[in-house]
Formats: sequence, structure tokens, C-alpha cells
Amino acid sequence: MIRSTVRFLDERSGGAPFLRKALRYVFPDHWSFLLGEVALYAFVVLVGTGIYLTLFFDPSTATTHYHGEYQPLHGLEMTHAYRSVVDISFKVKAGLLIRQTHHWAADVFVVAIVLHLLRIFFTGAFRKPRDLTYYLGLTMLALALLEGYLGYSLADDLLSGMGLAIGYSVLMSVPFVGANLAELVWGGPFPGTPAFWSRMYVAHVFLFPLLIATLLGAHLLLVAARHHTQFRGPRKTERKVVGVPTFPGQTPRSLGLMSAVTAVLFLLGGLVQINPIWLWGPYHVASGTNGAQPDWYLGWLIGALRLVPGFDVTIGHYTLVPNPFWGGALFPLVVFGFLWAFPWLERRFTGDHAFHNLLDRPRDAPWRTAIGAALFTWVALIFLAGSADRVFVTFFVSYGWQILFFRIAVWVVPVVVLLVTRRVCLELQVSERVERERRLAEEEARRAAAPEPVR
Amino acid sequence: MRALWRYLVAAVVLLLGRGRRPPRVERAERIVPAGEPSPRAELLVLALFGATAACAVAFVVVYAVESIPHQTQFLGLSLGVAFAFLAAALIVIAYRLVVTEELEEDYPVPAHPAEQEALGQLVEESGDRMTRKRLLLVGGGAAGAALGAALVTPALSLGPAFEIAPFFRTPWRRGVRLVDEDGRPLHAHDVLEETFYTAYPEGADREQLGAPIVVVRLRPAELHLPAGRDGWAPHGIVAYSKICTHAGCAVALYRKPTFPTVEPRPALVCPCHYSTFDPARGAKVLFGPAGRPLPQLPLFVGPSGELRAAGNLSGPVGPAWWGVRNRRPS
Repeated sequence: MIRSTVRFLDERSGGAPFLRKALRYVFPDHWSFLLGEVALYAFVVLVGTGIYLTLFFDPSTATTHYHGEYQPLHGLEMTHAYRSVVDISFKVKAGLLIRQTHHWAADVFVVAIVLHLLRIFFTGAFRKPRDLTYYLGLTMLALALLEGYLGYSLADDLLSGMGLAIGYSVLMSVPFVGANLAELVWGGPFPGTPAFWSRMYVAHVFLFPLLIATLLGAHLLLVAARHHTQFRGPRKTERKVVGVPTFPGQTPRSLGLMSAVTAVLFLLGGLVQINPIWLWGPYHVASGTNGAQPDWYLGWLIGALRLVPGFDVTIGHYTLVPNPFWGGALFPLVVFGFLWAFPWLERRFTGDHAFHNLLDRPRDAPWRTAIGAALFTWVALIFLAGSADRVFVTFFVSYGWQILFFRIAVWVVPVVVLLVTRRVCLELQVSERVERERRLAEEEARRAAAPEPVR
Repeated sequence: MRALWRYLVAAVVLLLGRGRRPPRVERAERIVPAGEPSPRAELLVLALFGATAACAVAFVVVYAVESIPHQTQFLGLSLGVAFAFLAAALIVIAYRLVVTEELEEDYPVPAHPAEQEALGQLVEESGDRMTRKRLLLVGGGAAGAALGAALVTPALSLGPAFEIAPFFRTPWRRGVRLVDEDGRPLHAHDVLEETFYTAYPEGADREQLGAPIVVVRLRPAELHLPAGRDGWAPHGIVAYSKICTHAGCAVALYRKPTFPTVEPRPALVCPCHYSTFDPARGAKVLFGPAGRPLPQLPLFVGPSGELRAAGNLSGPVGPAWWGVRNRRPS
């Protein structure tokens, strides 16, 4: 049975030598190497649940009066888009499970990508020959953020409508061409023409998933072409990779991880409520609600939008830089731009153009670790600033004072973190060296004390 | 007939038997190292597979039986736990049933200098017949750019990219009545202090940024409207665009002075980024990221006490863009 299948495939594809090599491809073993895999499996769940949802979702802004299963919304005017999502939640059997699993999977997808990115950054895995792989990964992260934003905007509930208004304003704020771009995307001033919803829909269910899947394929091909990195260890060198083969060792592990990710996502989707749009109600231009928060992965942007003091840069009657540009567009561009440029910057400043298959521990590269920690702190503080309103409601700390604090802290704390992190790395290196020398000295002393072996 | 039948049977047997029993190849040495069997682990995996199947069946049952309450929760629980058991089974297989090997493999060679050289040579030599290479490249580039531009042009149909008049358009005109959410005219005596009202222009499309306004009543003595707005606030009633000038959200919060010593004045607040506007001073920005005050709508009280617009809004509504300060709304 096995032999005949193999024979069938080999005779038609000539792939036996390749397959044999692929099955014995070596995976170095470390828990942190699984983060990218988690993202991959979350993507698989996203595609699966997403296809199911398209079978019921109606991307139309034509309005209707609701008369469905959920009593509190009865008689309200809403779009068919919102109505169909409420129906998926209450009328379609298992619809709510799939919808919530889809939403949770999106959140987990981005968590996994970000953790994966942190691992890659702090271990120097982005160095030659894997910088191209790193750029593809960063691009996928940017696409994933946009894809998630499009996804929850489609539901046309109150929160998503507010989010779209903000997105529109950020696009409008692009100097010189913002209004023209926004008009193109929306088909006119906000809230745009009905065509806008079809555009969002086709982008969310086709263009972006296709782009992400294509980049994902290229990302994995490049990983395989250059093999995995590994931490230093016995027999592990720049020339030899040591680990478990694809088959039989790695296959059940990976499938097990995939099942575990799927398990967690379905458990979350079934047991932990997420985005109950029937509580928010339909969106109208004139409605808004307090305590509005986006999905976690856009928290850094809402924080940045809130932190910028109130001013537009104007020249006469001409508005050069409208306010939302700083927090909504420039800030993410700076963060992504810096991450994009980092492999090149590091090569430039260290003069290290060599190939690297062995990973650094964070302490081995103090400047890189310090810069990464500072950048992370900067983004994390701005993220926290985005939740200042919740802190105010929960702990009664004045919102205004919090914003004032963050406006200073986001510039001061990263610098402190930069210096402290670098110092900690250097101290760790020193203590390691001292320990090694002590052990060598002890050994020497022991050898000196021992009687000479008699020949 | 009988003989024919026998021939047929013989032929079929021969045909089926053909190629069977290939010469036994002497097994080369093992590829995957041998290991001890582990019956207990096998039993565990079997049990886990059984549990997976049971949970999967439970999922189908929950789906099929209407009378089971909390469908979503039980569906998620059964499916999630099924996958969890499957994960456990696979992990037991990985660590207890499959031989754990530690293999060494060479990293791929960093680069292929000879191949690189050959590739470069190949491309260069292929162009040997061309004498004006740079000119051809420029020509090809120009053709490509023009064609690219042509292919991108239909994208302009997406929207009126160069029309900026729509950004200045609002439905407000002198004499337009203010109506509430249910379409009833808003009267001056309906408008009380310490709260705010949302109003729309009568008969207009409400889903445009220029339509919704907030109406509040302040004590006339507290009003300090900008110059040139005398008479815009009959009885201390002021009206502003409800759309935040920062990021286009609805200014849906009214901060009334609950603790007058701390917050001396009422304020209009946007819940998206907490831009805060002073309704007594022409919606000047008190706090937050907004870069312009909310545009004000001049009001007058009609013969039967109803509120009416005395003109258009004082400036363009909504988020800022390059031309937002160029013109008054129309």
C-alpha cells in the first residue's frame, strides 16, 4: 500500500528523491521556534471559518428594518450587512461559534506574528541570509493588521462604524492628496457610496487573504531553502544544523500543535464572548459610544491618535498636516520603517556582512537588544495610553493627567530602557566570563593537586 | 464453450498474477533507528483517539438536538475538547511512539559564485547584438511606464478623485427646521440646560457628515461666542456640528459640571479620542487632539417657537484635509 502509493507518485512526478530529502529535513528544537507555526495554524483556521461566514454574510448597505430573533433590536433601521451578521449570530446554527472563532483567530494570529517577530528580532535571526524572509514576514504583519481592520469593519455595527470614520480621517489627513485618496476609496465623502462595502468585502475575503497566502508561501519556501537557525550547542555550528527530521519526528509534533491551536480557538469561540455586535447596535453617522476600543492590535494606533496634542499644521488657508496623520499614519510608518531598515542599519553600524546560521542570545548583542527593548517600550506605552479612558473609569485616575504623563513618558522611558537594557546585557556577559574563568581556574587547581599519573 | 471459459479464467489469473511477488530486495540497513515498543503509550493514544471521536460525535449531537440549551457554548466546548484530545494523542505519538532522532545536516552552501558568474555572463552575452543598449532600455522603460499608467487609469472611476466641492456641501440653509431623531421639530422650550440634544435638518439625508448637530442651552451671560456671531444663540441655545473635527466620530458625550470647582464649564466630548470642545466659546478646543473648533450653526426661533437654522454652518464639517480651511460650506 505505502510502496504502491510512493511508486504511483514517483512515476508521475519524479519526486521521490526530493520527497525523501524533505522528509529528512532537520528542524532544530526550541519552543520559541513554534511561534511562527502558531500564526500559520491560526491563518488556516481563519481561512476555514472565513469561508463559512461568506456563505451567510450580505455585504450590502441597503437598509432594512430588523425583525429577527433578537428582540431588543426590533424595528431598528440597519444595513443588510449588520442584519446578516446579527442573523449569523442568532439564526444560523453554529454561526455564532464560527463567527467568534474567526474573530478570536484573528486576534491570536496577530499575537503569534508579533511574538514571532520579537523572537526573530532579539535573536538576530533576521541577519543574512534570512533578511528577505524577515521582510516578507513584516509585510505580512502589516497586511494582517489591515485585514483584521477590514474584517471587523464589515459588520457595520456602531464600533466598526466609528473605526471606519477614524480610518477615513487618517486617509484624509495624508498631506496634499489625502482627500483625493479618501474619495477614491469611499467613492465620495464619508460614509461613501454603496460600492464601498463591496470594495471592503472583496479586499477582506479575496485580495488580502490571497496576498497573505502568497507571501506566506514565499516565506516558507525561503525558510526551507536556507534552513532553520539554531541556538549554539554541542555539534551545532554555522555549517551543521542539528535537530529532529520532518518525518517521523516533527510531523506529529506539528500536527499536535495545529490541533492544540485549533482547540484553543474553538474553546475561545464557544466559551468567551467577543464583539457582541447586537449590543453595540447599528452604526449611524450621528451615533457614538463611550469606552470605544478597537481590537487589541490597533490599540497602539488609537493610543497615538489620542496622545497627539490638538493642532493642525497650516500655511495660510492651506492645511499641510491634519492632526490624525501623526498618530494614525506617520507613527505606524515609522515603526514599520524602522523594523524594515533594521537589518541594513545593523550591517551598516557593525560592519557584519557575514552569513549567520547560529542565533545570538539577547545579551550577545547589547545594542540590538537595547534598541529593540526601547522600540518595544515606546510602542507599548503608546498602546497603554490608548486604554487611559478605561483606567479612568476603573481606577478614577484623571484622564487628562494620564495623557499628560504619557506625553512625557513615551519620550523618556524608552531612553531609560535603552540604557538599562544595554547595561544589563554587558553585565550578564561579564558575569558569564567571570564564571567561566573561575571554573577554569578551579579545574587547573584540581589538576595541580592531583598526583601525577604514574607511567 | 467450456474450453473457452477455461482459457478466459486462465488468462485472467495470469494477467492478475503478472508482476506479483517482486523479487525480495535485501533490506538495506535501517533509515530510522529501531526502538522499544511501548504498549502503554499505544493504549493511551487509542484512548485519546476514542475521546476525540466521542467529542466529535457530541458536537454533531448538540448541533442536531434543538432542545439542548447554550448551543454556542456546548458546540465550542465539544469541538474544542475534541481537538485538544487529538493534540494530546499526536503529542504522545511524537514523544513516546515515534523514535526521536537527532540528525545532523549540512546547511546549504551560502552562495554559488561560479553559477552567479555564469548567470551574469549569460545575460550580458544575450544582449551582445544590441548596439544601443541604453537607448533601448530607456525606450522599453518609457513604453512600460506609459502602459502601466494606462492600465491604472480606470482606477480613477472608483470615485470623483478631483472633485472637492462635495466636502463643503451641507444640507443646512437659512430657515431649515431642526428635527429630532423621530423627525419631530425641536422647539426652543424643549431644550433644557445641563443636557444635550441631537438634531437633523428636516427632510435631509441623515447619513452625511454635514447633517447631525448637537444642541445645548447655556445661560446667555456665560456665552462668549467669537466676534460676528451675535444673535446666533437665541435664549442661550447653541448648535454645533456633531461630527468631530479630529477623526470624524460623533461628539456623543456632554460633560456637565458635576463638580464645578474641578470642571467649571460644560463641554462637548468625542468618545473616540476625547477631543473636548467648549460650547460657550464657539466650540473652541479645550483638550485633546482636534485641530479646529466644531463648526457652529446659527439659529433663530420661528413663529411657533421652533428652532430653525439662520444660515449654513460656520465652517466645513468633519476631519481636516488639505483644503478644509479654504472655503465656507455651501
